[in-house]
Amino acid sequence: MITDHNMTVMDVTLTQAIHEHSTYAIELRNVTKQFRTPTGGIYTALQDLTLSVAPGEFCAIVGPTGCGKSTTLSLISGLAQPEAGETMVMGKRVQDIDPSIGYVFQSDAVFPWRNVLKNVAAGPLFRGVKKAEAYTRAREWIARVGLAGFEDRYPYQLSGGMRKRVALAQTFINEPQILLMDEPFSALDVQTRTLMGDELLELWSSASASVVFVTHDLEEAIALADKVCVLTAAPATVKGIFTIDLPRPRNVEEIRFDPRFVQLYHEIWEALRNEVHISYERNKQLGH
Amino acid sequence: MNVISNWVTKPSATSGKRPRTSTSFRRGLLVNTLRIVFLVLVIGGWELGARTAIIDPFFWGEPSGIWQQIVTWVTQGTAQGPLLVQIAVTLEETIIGFVIGVVLGVIFGVVLGRNRFLADILGPYIKALNAIPRVMLGPLLIIALGLGMQSKVVLSVIMVFFIVFFNAFQGVREVDRNLLANARILGASQRRLSTAVIIPSALSWILASLHTSFSFALVGAVVGEFLGATQGIGLLVQVAMNNFNANGVFAAIIILAVVSLVMEVLITMLENRLIRWRPNANNDGMTM
Repeated sequence: MITDHNMTVMDVTLTQAIHEHSTYAIELRNVTKQFRTPTGGIYTALQDLTLSVAPGEFCAIVGPTGCGKSTTLSLISGLAQPEAGETMVMGKRVQDIDPSIGYVFQSDAVFPWRNVLKNVAAGPLFRGVKKAEAYTRAREWIARVGLAGFEDRYPYQLSGGMRKRVALAQTFINEPQILLMDEPFSALDVQTRTLMGDELLELWSSASASVVFVTHDLEEAIALADKVCVLTAAPATVKGIFTIDLPRPRNVEEIRFDPRFVQLYHEIWEALRNEVHISYERNKQLGH
Repeated sequence: MNVISNWVTKPSATSGKRPRTSTSFRRGLLVNTLRIVFLVLVIGGWELGARTAIIDPFFWGEPSGIWQQIVTWVTQGTAQGPLLVQIAVTLEETIIGFVIGVVLGVIFGVVLGRNRFLADILGPYIKALNAIPRVMLGPLLIIALGLGMQSKVVLSVIMVFFIVFFNAFQGVREVDRNLLANARILGASQRRLSTAVIIPSALSWILASLHTSFSFALVGAVVGEFLGATQGIGLLVQVAMNNFNANGVFAAIIILAVVSLVMEVLITMLENRLIRWRPNANNDGMTM
């Protein structure tokens, strides 16, 4: 009797685990995230947000400024925990930082006191890989992002685009299954940004990672992603999810002239516009 | 004091970005000439004032007398023994005190900087201790530890500790949160976070404090000698003072200044070596 009961419980959890694992790489279930403001109030960044990303899928998140786009990434990464709801990565509840995650930050997060080689080798070294092997792998990745010959440079000696390449190599060397990107190219000029987009797509196509790419640039989102998720003004929740059925491989510079691209842009902008206006008016009142 | 260090560090800092034109060369020549003219005017004016009895050389000394005193000390030795021995004794006390103080300051600074709870408990006591004019501990140390080297070393340690401590503490607190998050995602353990992110990041703060703290180590040693010693430059000053030998006091001051300058250059060299990764390793705030 007792054994029987145990069996059923185990069976249920097992099938659940398999089920979750097979469907989604990332899942946010009704998550709410709040912050304490300096004045002692409570600010709700995310409200009852539900979103899922399939294995190998490229999902872009767009939304008005300050709506909590980056917060979704910190929840998925395990850097922050939600007040309500659940975050699942690869079928497991996120409690700490998962080693299968890679995260490219908005601002420069390469270590200024490490040269390019040591920056790229940081991940393997932190994870206990032997020095010689870590450096060999780092050299390969440096070459792949087109920085061969710059191994000895320090970040301050590189341009913004080159630093971003270092950040990409630093992240990809860990072979992440989940790749989180927080407006990674927003600090770059427009031309460099599209070129970096192409490079990212190429790296991604050979890495088969699931990507969550946060951006405020709708064009970039459509050009890169399989699906675009529009968030509302804060407290953010999902306003709409749009499948981008443009064929791959894509060319980020030219795809925006594709009639289907223009059509999608109109559709998504329709959803986004309202939220942008709400957010803008609110910020104006706050005196930003 | 950074007249020397300026010339040492500038070229490596801007590494040939600014071509050396004949205008800048001529300007450098002019500046150096005027510097020498200034020095000659001050010392010449002093000497002239003393000779014409506008300045009483009995109380205020005279450059020629000071020079005479230094020559006597060098050639015939001081009342306590050869001059070099006196310098060596003071320098030894200073350096031992400096090193111990820096090490303790860095350890305490990093530990308290990383552990908010501990910092909250110990914070008020450290502030209270810091509020004491620390030279006042000198007499106590002489009573407890005697006229030998120990009392001076301990006084130096106390002088240095707080400066380095507060800088290390602040440096740890100012670590870029993005860099910490990045290192955690890349797989750094708590210990790795300290060695790979926090300490390198705090290093520029700590190194900046070394300039001031070396002078303070010297103050600790000299004041200790002043209060009671058998050897050292502080004792030279005290003996000269008791004999109303103003030239002797000035001569000792000049010797101390030279020692201090040499150490300053060495510390600047160390600094530039350790933080090669910084775009402008030369601390312009210290120029003059």
